Amino acid sequence: MATGDVALGNSGASATQTAPEPTSKASQKPVVNDFSIQVATVNGSGSQSANSVLLRSIFAMGIPVSGKNLFPSNIAGLPTWYTIRASKHGYVARKKEIDFLIAMNAETAREDILSLPTGGAAIYEESQNLKQYRDDVTCYPVPFDKITAAVCPEAKLRKLVKNMIYVGVIAKLISLDMKVVETALRRQFAKKQKAADLNWGAVEAGFNYATEHFTKQDPFVLERMHATDGKIIIDGNAAAALGAMFAGVTVVTWYPITPSSSVVEQLIDYLKKYRVEPDGKASFAVVQAEDELAAVGMVLGAGWAGARSMTATSGPGISLMAEFAGLGYFAELPGVIFDIQRVGPSTGLPTRTAQADLLTIAYLSHGDTKHVMLLPGNVKECYEFAQAAFDLTERLQTPVFVVSDLDLGMNNWMSEPFQYPEKPLDRGKVLTAEDLTRLGGFARYKDVDGDAIPYRTLPGTEHPQAAYFTRGSGHNEKALYTERPDDYQNLMERLARKFETARTLVPHPVIVQDGKSKVGLIAFGTSDFAVTESRDQLKKEYGVETDYLRVRAFPFTKEVHDFVASHERVYVIEQNRDAQLQSLLKLDLPVEDAVKLRSVRHFNGLPMDARSVTDELVLQEGI
Amino acid sequence: MATTPTATPNPKINRLGLPILEYRGGKTTLCAGCGHNAISERIIDAFYEMGVQPERVMKLSGIGCSSKSPAYFMSRAHSFNSVHGRMPAVATGALLANKTMNAIGVSGDGDTASIGMGQFIHLMRRNLPLIYIIEDNGVYGLTKGQFSATADIGSKLKTGVINDLPAIDTCTLAIQLGATFVGRSFSGDKKQLLAMLKAAIAHKGTVMLDVISPCVTFNDHEGSTKSYKYMQEHEEAISEVGFVPHFEDIAVDYDPGSTYDVRMHDGSHLRLRKLHEDYNPTSRVTAVKALMEAHEKGEILTGVFYVDTAKPSFTDMLNLVDEPLATLPQERTRPSKQVLDEIMTRLQ
Repeated sequence: MATGDVALGNSGASATQTAPEPTSKASQKPVVNDFSIQVATVNGSGSQSANSVLLRSIFAMGIPVSGKNLFPSNIAGLPTWYTIRASKHGYVARKKEIDFLIAMNAETAREDILSLPTGGAAIYEESQNLKQYRDDVTCYPVPFDKITAAVCPEAKLRKLVKNMIYVGVIAKLISLDMKVVETALRRQFAKKQKAADLNWGAVEAGFNYATEHFTKQDPFVLERMHATDGKIIIDGNAAAALGAMFAGVTVVTWYPITPSSSVVEQLIDYLKKYRVEPDGKASFAVVQAEDELAAVGMVLGAGWAGARSMTATSGPGISLMAEFAGLGYFAELPGVIFDIQRVGPSTGLPTRTAQADLLTIAYLSHGDTKHVMLLPGNVKECYEFAQAAFDLTERLQTPVFVVSDLDLGMNNWMSEPFQYPEKPLDRGKVLTAEDLTRLGGFARYKDVDGDAIPYRTLPGTEHPQAAYFTRGSGHNEKALYTERPDDYQNLMERLARKFETARTLVPHPVIVQDGKSKVGLIAFGTSDFAVTESRDQLKKEYGVETDYLRVRAFPFTKEVHDFVASHERVYVIEQNRDAQLQSLLKLDLPVEDAVKLRSVRHFNGLPMDARSVTDELVLQEGI
Repeated sequence: MATTPTATPNPKINRLGLPILEYRGGKTTLCAGCGHNAISERIIDAFYEMGVQPERVMKLSGIGCSSKSPAYFMSRAHSFNSVHGRMPAVATGALLANKTMNAIGVSGDGDTASIGMGQFIHLMRRNLPLIYIIEDNGVYGLTKGQFSATADIGSKLKTGVINDLPAIDTCTLAIQLGATFVGRSFSGDKKQLLAMLKAAIAHKGTVMLDVISPCVTFNDHEGSTKSYKYMQEHEEAISEVGFVPHFEDIAVDYDPGSTYDVRMHDGSHLRLRKLHEDYNPTSRVTAVKALMEAHEKGEILTGVFYVDTAKPSFTDMLNLVDEPLATLPQERTRPSKQVLDEIMTRLQ
């Protein structure tokens, strides 16, 4: 099965799916605004535009919708799936079951149709004759090539235009408003009138074919709602890029790596548009570095010299940044590092999602190090935490990691529009030449304010006492070289205290609790979508109420401790094999609370879905 | 309170009114006689004589004996002793943050030609306005005398081990990859090294100076090709390096037939008097040819091999605003609410 998956938890239980037995036709009671569509194609076939038009059309009909691209690490020719979920309840997690299949890839078509549940529906190329495999699924065979040839005289464009035929066919079948589709399509091809006309012709041809040849037999329909009014659609990487721009980023370095490249690519577009001054000069510098070692070195060099600097990478890049991360921690250098997580180890599944870099980042480097991580759970937080990261890194004088993932970063999500930042930029404790004259000098690594955060000066500060020597080796309060045991220990203890200061400054968790539930759930990042839906399933299907805390940063704030303390059992739900968030919590919690933690994990490369979480919780709770 | 004028000695000062003392650093912890200490002295002299405000200088280094040396000159300049082989990245970031600063990076042969080779060649490609000095002794000192990648074939360690791999010529590489001021000198050649360092300060672009700097503890014995004795016997200057800073009158005439006069970015003049027949510091091909021929003859060629004052530096190419990016005010780095509203509307 193409996108089949299993949830694995402590119990080792798994939910397997087998090809359904042929049964009688499903009931015809309409299923309104609550189903999923999967488009199975070949990568490089240009289906992205068609899928985007479908997603935007449903959104424009006011129906909550989410889209996910499940793609291979390949340029062209391998299977790709795009799933769209319409949910009147607003659920945006991946739905495990596919309701409506559009099978455009002959190679996976058989597998694809076998994966449908009874009562599903499928559009496919007529010649494939997929009906032979399933008589419990509504089949809509379409002569795609014939229709495409009729609307697209130019043979080399047919591969692309063919995709728009299925948009027309499904538009007819699920009652997608054609006016809305046309608007979405013309927006998609905004600058290419001819392409827009050609593609719109294909949509209409598909629509007309469906009108003439099909009688609606499946239950899946759309009806206009107003749940998306005023909302935006954006991917997490674009949101992070916007956050960085409004945080006033000035130095951006990167080395291309999926799925993080689009953070910087989109940031470059924004900066070129909004950060070039009237005289044509740039208030930013972007460097494509030779590797991630150089990318992070540049970030820390720039941070040391006073710039707001950042890089974006994924797991393999994080590994390469390890040595510099330690220097950044020990020499107390600012810099923001976005990690858009993907499946590892090594190259792993480079185009699939995971939350498995958490432990690596928390203690990245050698010696005693620990790092501040911000954990956005939606696109709005990608935007907001990008800004928070720059303030925190300069305030705390330590590298700050923003840990997102492929699912959040590369897929389109609905969101409330982003708010303009209210607070001015926090540039942290930087002494000017005037300050130095007033103070009569300074000690770079002295804890003056009791928060363990020292003061720094920037190169170029025109005062004879401004300079200091930055090094990764032993240094005392005055930044002088030392190997004295007490100096080293004092420094390391201050750094530990600084981490405690960080605990009070990082984003607080989001907590949903009624004060009565004995069972608590903890998750972070994109697991939130599945966990939110799973809580509703538990309540509706089993009458079980749960409390829920979503962690948004490391170090953990006090609320996280309180939440665990006030529950009998706490399930930590995450998208990795080794229960990494649970491990970090166990290290942080008192023993009597650490033993309350249980684990639900999902790590097959696909985004976590609610049903897998619910099934596992039901099993472990013995409901 | 009335004071009685006393005869205070009037220390020699530079054009900023600063005595050389203000350019000194901490006491060296390197071995007595180490070539690196002589290089630190020349760096002090060069910045003092050029009249560069010490606070306008950033010192950067990687790891190794060489990379410790920024602690021994110009204490009034910010300094960053980073990680092994990664000084180019740190320097790049620092200069992007503040392109108005003078930057000097000190590296070693291990720090550059082995662990740092990747960053080194990309630094050269970018022509970052940085003075990059390799304090080149052919061995790893802090780890007690292993060969580095600039050790010559046939060179012998104290333990008797013979190097059988070819040396990496950092000057040839730098010329080929895009550095715009490339030369080699010897820590023992005060006059040449000082003139080259002063010209380096006047240049805007990557200056790559490979300075042979004997390691008195691990590589100054018979059989070494990086010893004081070997250098004295095999050094072959390609040109005589003269330098006239922009704030001094050009009083000395020169013969255009035998001397190249290069006008530097700040208006200073670099005078390169030919000592070799085919010498042409404006041609990469000639420069590389001269280096390779000298190598075949067993000579260690020194002097300025290549200068290009026309090629834009990395910070020029990025077309940055005039002020340092690091301290731009919020009004110039955070776009307005209208911009966000416009973007939000487009995303609806």
